This record gives sequence, C-alpha cells and structure tokens, in this order.
Amino acid sequence: MRISGTFRELRTKKEGALIAYVCAGDGDTPGIVHALVRGGADIVELGLPFSDPVADGPTIQASIQRALDAGMNPDKYFAMVRNLDVDVPLVVMTYYNLIFKRGYCEKNGVDLIFLVAPTTEGSRLEDILKRGTGFLYLVSRLGVTGARADVALSTKEVLDRVKTDTPRAVGFGISSGKQAASVFKNGADGVIVGSAFVDIIASGRDVTGRLEALASELKSSMQ
Amino acid sequence: MNINQKGKFGRFGGQFVPEVLMPALEELEEAYERFRDNPDFKKELDYYLRDFAGRPSPLYHARRLSEKYGVKVYLKREDLLHGGAHKLNNTLGQALLAKYMGKRRLIAETGAGQHGTATAMVGANLGMTTEVYMGAEDTRRQRMNVYRMELMGTKVIPVTTGSQTLKDAINEALRDWVSNVENTHYLIGSVVGPHPYPTIVRDFQSVIGNEVRSQILEKEGRLPDSIIACTGGGSNAMGIFHPFVKDTGVKLFAVEAGGSGLKCTDKAALHSASLSVGEEGVLHGARTKILQDPYGQILESHSISAGLDYSGVGPELAYLAETGRVIPVNADDNEALAAFHELSRMEGIIPALESSHALAYLAKAADSGELGGIVVINVSGRGDKDLETVLEKGVQA
Ligand SMILES: Cc1ncc(COP(=O)(O)O)c(C=O)c1O
Repeated sequence: MRISGTFRELRTKKEGALIAYVCAGDGDTPGIVHALVRGGADIVELGLPFSDPVADGPTIQASIQRALDAGMNPDKYFAMVRNLDVDVPLVVMTYYNLIFKRGYCEKNGVDLIFLVAPTTEGSRLEDILKRGTGFLYLVSRLGVTGARADVALSTKEVLDRVKTDTPRAVGFGISSGKQAASVFKNGADGVIVGSAFVDIIASGRDVTGRLEALASELKSSMQ
Repeated sequence: MNINQKGKFGRFGGQFVPEVLMPALEELEEAYERFRDNPDFKKELDYYLRDFAGRPSPLYHARRLSEKYGVKVYLKREDLLHGGAHKLNNTLGQALLAKYMGKRRLIAETGAGQHGTATAMVGANLGMTTEVYMGAEDTRRQRMNVYRMELMGTKVIPVTTGSQTLKDAINEALRDWVSNVENTHYLIGSVVGPHPYPTIVRDFQSVIGNEVRSQILEKEGRLPDSIIACTGGGSNAMGIFHPFVKDTGVKLFAVEAGGSGLKCTDKAALHSASLSVGEEGVLHGARTKILQDPYGQILESHSISAGLDYSGVGPELAYLAETGRVIPVNADDNEALAAFHELSRMEGIIPALESSHALAYLAKAADSGELGGIVVINVSGRGDKDLETVLEKGVQA
C-alpha cells in the first residue's frame, strides 16, 4: 500500500497515523514489525544502520550499534524487507552514504521524504513543500532523536507555520499517548515514534508484548 | 533544492547535513561574505595574528638537511605559532567571525588536541564559553592537551561512541550543534565538513601560503619547485597550497599517513590515506574521498599521529588530486618517526608527528629529482605533545 493511500484513508476515518521507527537487525526484526502492526502502527520506518549516525541520540545510536554488531548490512536489509509479509507501507530510514555508495534509490524505486525543522524557513521551506512526497517529517524540536518529557511548544509553532496538503507527521521526542494526542489535536496527521520503541527492544523483556501495548496506546490516543 | 550545487569543488563538497543545520550553514555563509572584507574585522584579525599568535612565522633555510638531500630545503615554521601548531590561524578567524555574528558559545572537535587547544586559547581570550569534544581514546593518548584546554577554562567532553577518535568527536560536535544552533558556533578544525567550512578554513589558513610566497620571493627571487605538507583533514596543506594553485610550475605534494600499511581489515583501515586510496562517499556533510567498506560503512583509520587519524579528507583536496594539481603521496608510521628524529638531530627542531610525515616525504623523494631544486615543507606543528608516543616506540639512535 502506498503512503498517500494510507493517509487518505486515515483522514476519512479522522484518525492520526502512527509511524513506528525501529532499527533493522536489532533484535528479531520481523517479529518486532508484526507486533507494531498488531498494536496499530500504520507505517513502519525501518532503520538501515550506518556507522556514523549524526542525527541520532544515544538510544537509537546504541540500537544501530547493536544491529551493526549483529551483522546487519544493506544486502540483508533489502532481502529481509522483501520477505516481510505486512500490509502497511515501509519507509527506509538511513544516512546518505549508504544510498550513495550503492545507488539504491534508482534500483529500488524509493520516494524521498523531506524533513522540516523548527529552523526551516523562507525559500527553503517553500522548496521542500513543493517537492515533498508521501508525508512531511516535521522535526518537533532542535536536536537529535530521543524520547523527551517535553514535546516542545515549537511543535505547535511548526504545525501552524507549515501549511500544505501533504500529510504532516511530527517526530523527535514523542513517547506517550498523551503527547501523541496533543500533537494530533494541534493539527498533525500523525506522529513518528522511535526511541520509546527502541527502549523496549533494548530492555529485552517481553519485547513483542510491550511493543504491541505501546503501539496500541499511541494509536488509540489519535482515534 | 540547490543543496547539491552549493560549495562544490568539481563534484566534491556540498552540504549533506540534518535539516536543522541548514539555516545555520546559510547564516554562516552570509556572515562570512559580509565580514571577510569588512575593514574592522580584518584589522582585528590581523592584530590577533600578529600580537597574539606571533605571525608572520619564519621561512627557515634548513642548511644541514639541504646538504644531506641535495635540494634547497625551506621550512615554514608553523611550529613557532602560539600553541605550537597552525591551528590557531583558523580558530582566531572563526572565533572572531562568531563574535561578529553574536554567538556566545564555541564548540569544537579535536583529535590530537591541537585544534582543541587552539580553540581554548581564543575562547579564553575572547571570553566565550568553550566546549571541546574529544574521543575518549584520544584523551588518554594526549593527556597533556586535555590539561592545557582545562587550564584555559574549556570543558573537555570525552566521546565514548564508535571508535572514540576524531570522526566520533565530529559526530558528537554535530549533534551538539543541532541542539544548540541558535547561540553556538561550531568551530570546525580542518577544511572538512559541509559548505562553507572548507572554504572558510582554507581562507583563514591561507595566511601560511601568502607569507611563503613573499618570503621565498625575497630570499630566492623565484617561486619554489615544490611544496610538501602533511594531510589529515587538509587544513595546513590547503593553507600553504592555495596561493600557489594557479602557479602550475609549483608541484604540490599532500602527504597522508600510511600508518602500518595501505591495507584494511573488516572494520578498520591500517592507514589514513583517504586521498590516495579512499573511495568517493559522503561523510560529515561533504562528498569527498573516504575510507569505507563495500556497503558504505565508514572504516576507522589509523596513524601514529592522532592529528592525521581521520577517515575523510577535505573536498577541495579530493578535487585538486583528481585534476592532478595536487599529488597525493604517503609516509608510514616508521618513516615519520625516522623523520621526527632526523629533524630533531640535524636542525634542532622537534616537529609534530603529523609534520614528520611531510618531512619523511623529502627523504623518500629527494633522490628521484621530482622535487626540483627548491622545496618548501610546512612544519605544521611542534613535537612536544608527541614525546610520550615517541618514547613508547623507543628513541632511535
Ligand atoms: C601539527 C598538526 N599538523 C597537521 C594536522 C592535521 O590537520 P590538517 O590536515 O587539517 O592540517 C594536525 C591536526 O591535529 C596537527 O596538529
């Protein structure tokens, strides 16, 4: 299913999209993805781990390191994705050098998703709005990925400022249903949650059960 | 978007950074355009370069070395600069620029600790909050530089991620900058990173080459036949090369660290010769030559000198090497150590292990005649910081 189709469907149902991020190769990825989808994830972002993840905070850095140590690489990644039997759209989340080195964009017919930061303004913002496909990834605050108690005021500010027909999903820092609900109420089409899921994977305790429960808490807060 | 066009050297360079940083890079570029020719800015920078840093640095005729190798050897004495390395040229320029931009906080990465120290100096002098990221491994290898930075009021933050060396310190500095971009200037230490850094750092370091030009014309009445500089990120090399790029009669040699051999294991290269044997890729915001595995994962690098121990290289050098204007060569750990001892004994100058790689190339190439009659070697720093490393290897008789 295409990303735009998912958002269109959710809009008619007046639901917010739950976009779940996990790093491929950290833990039992197929089992993890299925648990997230059972819990209600509408789209899954599967991280393709890179040795130098500058945009990620400690939680996801550690997850990427575990995945690399476990031997994840781009060949295994795309083989695994092809065999994943899920009916939600999958998004590749990675760093440019891996794509550059192998020319994956051309080979695998991937759309590009653009990020909009609290600092993105003016002609640059206009450019991004013109070119965005799938959905726009609004970065909720300055900084790297990681769960935060305060999903800053800047979230509302960015939502008010970035007007477009392309669906807008907010990420960076969201970890609870309460936060997701408030972002949804402020006009977002969905939320992206990563570190909170990765924390569960890192704990190694009842991973799939707790992933499903968190996904379901987040999803039901936007229904 | 035009992100892929800006700040390009041929197809190298560009701006490949998290979206949050794009406005900061645009702001920096604008500020640099605005202030670089501003008379007050230039006057203040000249003042600091002269009275604080000790410029101009001498161009010294190394008589005994010249006799031994049968070519006239001149040493550009950046080792005599305040702090003991060329790094201060760049930190003075960028810190003043940051001050003119109204930033109050400086962050930097450091490998050997030389750039961190040079940042600590300007931070203290200009009264700016200064924090330096340094690989945990490097804080052990270069303890004295950690103390030096702390003495000047800089907070040194050990980086424990990845290989715990320079590339990881850059990652961590970038993460900090992403979070604090509004009041913070990231003072990058070499001609690497996204546009406009490679250009800004090159321009501030070009004071080296500009001085060499007038000094050699005064002493010899002509330009040198070749210029040799060691190359980690490439700032001392671009600094001395840049004013001569159009003078095609002057050969430019960039000497990389050959480490313990031009080979790789699964996760690491045994060298830091990204210009000589690296492949094209994108690292730290720029398209350049990097050390990477077949998938594009970055390999750790190796060198006896922490300052050359980096998996990438400045994009302009990648371009100049590709066009043939700059000739990439290398010297390994042992050759650098031999040159370290040779300069100490023959000229009474203890060079940094980084600079020793440039000196080693003189020994390697003098016989072939490719260097011509007059050679300028950039002694980018002094070797006091390296005594522990050298002692561990055993002093050579
Ligand atoms: C004395 C000295 N020379 C050279 C270098 C390498 O840097 P670059 O290639 O940017 O000149 C360093 C880096 O720390 C250094 O301290």
